Amino acid sequence: MDAIGQTVKDYILETFLPGEDPRELTDSTPLITSGILDSLATLELVGFLERQYGIELQAHEVDQSRLGTLDSIARLVRAKLETQA
Amino acid sequence: MSSPATLHFPLDRWAAERPDATAVEDPARGAAITYRGLAELSDRARDHLWQMGVRPGDRVGIYMRKSIDAVAAIFGVLKTGAAYVPVDPDAPPPRCALILHDGAVRVVVAERRLAAALHASFEPLGAAPPMLLLDEPAGDALPLAARLAADAAREPAPAVETVHPAPDALAYILYTSGSTGRPKGVMLTQRSATSFVDWCSATFAPTVRDRFSSHAPLHFDLSILDVFVSITHGATLVLVGEEVGKDPLRLAPLIAERRISVWYSTPSILGLLAQYGRLERHDYGALRLVLFAGEVFPVARLRELKALWPAPRYFNLYGPTETNVCTFYEIPPTIDPERTTPFPIGRTCAHLRSRVVDEEGRTVARGSEGELVIAGPGVMAGYRNLPEQNARAFLVDDAGERWYRTGDLVVEEADGVYVFHGRRDRMVKRRGYRVELGEIEAGLAVHPAVSEVAVVAVRPDGADVRIDAYLGVPDGRRPSLIELKQFCVDRLPRYMVPDRFHFVEALPRTSTDKIDYQTIAQTIAQTIARSHATAPA
Repeated sequence: MDAIGQTVKDYILETFLPGEDPRELTDSTPLITSGILDSLATLELVGFLERQYGIELQAHEVDQSRLGTLDSIARLVRAKLETQA
Repeated sequence: MSSPATLHFPLDRWAAERPDATAVEDPARGAAITYRGLAELSDRARDHLWQMGVRPGDRVGIYMRKSIDAVAAIFGVLKTGAAYVPVDPDAPPPRCALILHDGAVRVVVAERRLAAALHASFEPLGAAPPMLLLDEPAGDALPLAARLAADAAREPAPAVETVHPAPDALAYILYTSGSTGRPKGVMLTQRSATSFVDWCSATFAPTVRDRFSSHAPLHFDLSILDVFVSITHGATLVLVGEEVGKDPLRLAPLIAERRISVWYSTPSILGLLAQYGRLERHDYGALRLVLFAGEVFPVARLRELKALWPAPRYFNLYGPTETNVCTFYEIPPTIDPERTTPFPIGRTCAHLRSRVVDEEGRTVARGSEGELVIAGPGVMAGYRNLPEQNARAFLVDDAGERWYRTGDLVVEEADGVYVFHGRRDRMVKRRGYRVELGEIEAGLAVHPAVSEVAVVAVRPDGADVRIDAYLGVPDGRRPSLIELKQFCVDRLPRYMVPDRFHFVEALPRTSTDKIDYQTIAQTIAQTIARSHATAPA
């Protein structure tokens, strides 16, 4: 897991899964279908990503294929950072 | 000629008067249907359902996502003289099967993709009802029309007359959270529904030019205003899909582009629109009414919203599913900047009567706290198959009048306006949904690692309700949180999944060996206070 993935993982554990064993949350754990992130939590996560990385996510980018796992979130953030660079 | 006072009567009237006016739009699929189209499609649905054996007095399940088809199916059911039973297509199938079984539906109109899981979930309950299965709508094609046409080509369903049943016939059954873990079916009659629609007509003066939002799902009572007030006035109903409806970033432009004039939803999504919707980027010139119901609207968020949407009138509508809206309050044009307390729930709607009573059912002195009870044509016929809960739900006065006990504690202020003070029981509102904490407990209690469970709701200052579950794990082997969340999602609607889980060897008990909810709630409140105290500024 890269630095972005680790930062997002820490944020999700702290905010939505306080007390969870960090080993339970892997790169590929489903975040949305599993109930870890509901619609409100997803918005909070988007707010966090925008603040943390100085990116702006468009409405169509906020969906399960992009926010469904730590892995896909890290990919989304990297892609946004690259297009902005 | 006197017009039959049924919910579905106005549809055919508008189909004759303004056949080409748009009745329903489905922006997500780029689809729309005219009044003539909707009248004809619901006629064919009526004939088909009749051929499948549906008769006046029956019930028909609606198990599909919101779509033009779903609206047509609802009118088709009503035209047979039956009642519709809308079921949450996103809830776990076993819960849906339980509801359709309890409702003893004659037929279920369902999306094909949901059929297999529903059939499987019916196994422990007995035979599944016959299903009219529809493909998922794609683009502007209407699968209901296609399905009916295909069936008609094989065996045409003879046209039958539209039935206009008596006012005390059931129009729909809406299932809400039940404290024992079984959802309870609230039975509403034609009279309950039409008296509410008439009140809306008098209060909000809708016209054919109005464009109503349909934000709430069809199994939620807010949808009654959306669908039936809109159609009653020949207006246009704009369907907001389930996904877009939760996403302020996509919802904000949709409200502007579709020129919604009457918006109705829970406060939660309005608060999210104000916070995240970037509303200043769009033109909301068409918006004339913002109606909200289902829970308390925190004043700070309402103030934010009004600053972004200054033009429309705002109404707080209050009422449980059992009465639909029973009191209402218009928010003043300017909100006092010092105000922090939520606005009142307001005065009683003209078609209903209200009292504030003590535990013995005696009217309390004005200004004292008591339970709000409601009588009149809007009140439900009762809960289906729950005689004990029906007995508890109503207060019958000396004149034999039935008053529905809302369970809400209120105070009547000097000017006849009610202020909400809290609940008498363990029901909470979360994002506008009714949640019986007992239903969550019943869902978690079947987890193999859990010996006992207590669920409590806390409302940190100004924030949304938070649901915490205390789980007794005697051998100390606590399940993972991720696994527990998945376990809940598989059994409960999403809005019932707890936010926090706590593990203890045994739950605190009172001296009479009951679960000590008070101690648990205090512990959580202290934890929240501590975390606020240590949180970085």
